Amino acid sequence: MATRRAEADAVLLGVGMVGAMVGRELTRAGLKVVGLERGEPQFTVPDFQGPHMHDELRYSVRKALMQDTAKETFTFRHAANETALPIRRLASFLPGTGLGGSLVHWNGQTYRFQDSDFRLRTHTTERYGKNFIPADVTIQDWGVTAAELEPYFDRFEYLMGTSGKAGNIKGRKIAGGNPFEDPRSREYPTPPQKEPYGSAMFRKAASSLGYHPFPQPSCNLSQPYTNPEGQELKTCTFCGFCERYGCEHFAKSTAQTTLLPALLSDPNFELRTGCQVVKINVDNTQKTATGVTYIGANGEEIEQPAKLVIVGMFALNNVRMLLLSKIGQPYDPASGSGVVGRNYAYQTTSSVQVFYDESVNINPFMRSGANGTLIADFVSDNFDHGPLAFIGGAYIGEVMTHGRPIEFHPTPPGTPSWGSAWKKAVLQHYNHTTVLNIHGSSTAIRQNYLDLDPTYKDAWGQPLLRMTFDFPDNDIKMSAYLTDKALEIGKAMGGQQVVGSPRKGPYNITQYQTTHNTGGTVMGTDPSTSVVNRYLQSWDVPNVFVIGASNYPQNASYNPTGTLGALAYWAADAIVTKYLKSPGPLMHI
Amino acid sequence: MDTISRRSFLKAAGAAAAGLATACDRASRPVTASRTQYSWLNVDEAGFIEPAIARLVPADESGPGALEANVAVYIDLQLAGAWGAGERLYRSGPWQQGKPTQGYQLPFTPAELFRNSMRAITDDVRKTNQVSFAKLTAADQDAYLKALEGGGKDLGGVPSNIFFQSLLEMTIEGFFSDPAYGGNKDMAAWKQIGFPGAYANYYDLVDKHGIEFRRPPMSLAQDASGTIHIHVEPPAQSAAKGR
Repeated sequence: MATRRAEADAVLLGVGMVGAMVGRELTRAGLKVVGLERGEPQFTVPDFQGPHMHDELRYSVRKALMQDTAKETFTFRHAANETALPIRRLASFLPGTGLGGSLVHWNGQTYRFQDSDFRLRTHTTERYGKNFIPADVTIQDWGVTAAELEPYFDRFEYLMGTSGKAGNIKGRKIAGGNPFEDPRSREYPTPPQKEPYGSAMFRKAASSLGYHPFPQPSCNLSQPYTNPEGQELKTCTFCGFCERYGCEHFAKSTAQTTLLPALLSDPNFELRTGCQVVKINVDNTQKTATGVTYIGANGEEIEQPAKLVIVGMFALNNVRMLLLSKIGQPYDPASGSGVVGRNYAYQTTSSVQVFYDESVNINPFMRSGANGTLIADFVSDNFDHGPLAFIGGAYIGEVMTHGRPIEFHPTPPGTPSWGSAWKKAVLQHYNHTTVLNIHGSSTAIRQNYLDLDPTYKDAWGQPLLRMTFDFPDNDIKMSAYLTDKALEIGKAMGGQQVVGSPRKGPYNITQYQTTHNTGGTVMGTDPSTSVVNRYLQSWDVPNVFVIGASNYPQNASYNPTGTLGALAYWAADAIVTKYLKSPGPLMHI
Repeated sequence: MDTISRRSFLKAAGAAAAGLATACDRASRPVTASRTQYSWLNVDEAGFIEPAIARLVPADESGPGALEANVAVYIDLQLAGAWGAGERLYRSGPWQQGKPTQGYQLPFTPAELFRNSMRAITDDVRKTNQVSFAKLTAADQDAYLKALEGGGKDLGGVPSNIFFQSLLEMTIEGFFSDPAYGGNKDMAAWKQIGFPGAYANYYDLVDKHGIEFRRPPMSLAQDASGTIHIHVEPPAQSAAKGR
């Protein structure tokens, strides 16, 4: 029998960035909140300190800050007629674990999705006609606009202290920023980071081709900053150990550096770590959640009753939790009916390598996770797709994040993978190569989805999440077109040799691509195509809110975190100002 | 095979003596504390690993290769420790072979995979050539490694291409990882490519474009005297928080 704890006003599933943000808003509104985190507590001091943090083997290769796949992983197949097999070691994507979640190890690349992203189906149909969208492409609108989210984007960036340059303040274009961005209400909280050598060469080349380069918005801060929660952040030192590492310098905006000290000292908040939530409990009407059941670190089963349940875990784990709890109808790809697990999407990334001669010292190790230069000329629908016959786009940028040599030792095509010639090539090119990133959107299609695996289980005996995914033809076409555009910029950068590698199928789970997994608990205004409404509230069980990149109906060109931060504040605001006053559905159909 | 282990021992002893000789200028020239024997590799296995990694990353006019950089010590310690035992590896069946894009699907831990594979390789090389792998010419060693890489050989249940890829990955890891893990001795690999290691602050340099940065590298396990201490037990997880 489960031990039953006293009822909380709200329970958080996961205390990562989303949990910390929503937890802070709810405790401020006077609610008693219990935060359940599966991993360990971890803080800048003593956990992320140098020099031991600068250990490429432990953190990048052995993935010390990530979900432990010995206990809990995912299964994967390309198509519904194949057998999914467990991802026995993480590689393609890296969900974090522990207090602060994946933002502990993120790079800090902080963008706002565009209005045309939020209205993708409507916008595409309006501009290119109904027949432009292929039948199996299930892209849809989000149910919110960029203008509605602007105050929440603004609040998130000011929480984080984001370093960047505005390109459009209230409709007025600003030189040096991103000219394609939707109007923002004010400048970034801190100016852009310093521009490294490769980025400067990219800026020059992109300008010469008529594009509009701008500095990458960064949550590795360019100067000290005190946020509205009273937390003090410091200046990034460009140490080159950002993605997959905790930051010892208090320079990367994370839950630890922006919110947790305030939240953890609030008597309305109780953090419990080592708690593996196994399901959300619902009453016999199936319309009200009564709380959650979790297994404590010592194996004890505990029931935590709560009036409000906030699901704020990694995107894939949000989807799995709803499936395990039987909340919402699971998606069936054969009939196209059902919603939970529908519209799983990813990110279509590719690269261009620019090899210089040995007189050009790139010094790739002098980087932060987000101090590059990029163009948005090919983001989303910022260019005419009419003659191209694909949907979506990408930013192209020199956005290298490090020069750590186990992961980064580029060699030109034709170099053997070992032996004398390999070693010579590695030595010759290590400090004289830069890489352009083509960071592309991901289209939702009928065949790509998430459900529970029928065979493989986690350490608690529960089914793993099964991923059925391959790159849609649309995205392969997009990647080919935009990798060519990046190749032209690379050639204008003056390298000796420039090599483009467009994304090609099949999807390979063994190579790191990105941790931008999206969809499965899609938001929207129609319960037949969404799991949560525009306020991220479950259509089926209104006292459950699901917040994560799992809400994205499809993935856009930019990195997803900035938009998720805005959505978390948007949902928290709806809970505090609407739901708490009158608990029940916030949208009626 | 006895000659191999004696050779390893003498080489290690020599390195230790060299370490003592340079003690007076350690602050300027970091040296790695030496190991005198393997923890996990047996004589036959060392007789394969040492010459094999010397072919994968050879010494040349630019500097040491994997053998001279003690990558065999790195591999030995990794296989002896948490990594070898399958740390963070999902190990529930059923065991089914899928497509390469679905990733590793064998029931072997890394230690089991290496042990099975190297036992089969030792037998195979002896049967075919009447001598050990170490006694083959460099060209024949390369040809044998290429055959492993190409796949098709069954190494005690392990497809040879899977073993080869693991060996190559671990060799490159050991060559480039912090010397705390036993390889990259004296930061020889970092010196050859110009990677400064665990050093942490480029604020004043990042916008000095193209600057020639020639600071000696720094290990995370380097003490004030310049000695680099090899971690005894290197798991990713339990020591991750530095507690």
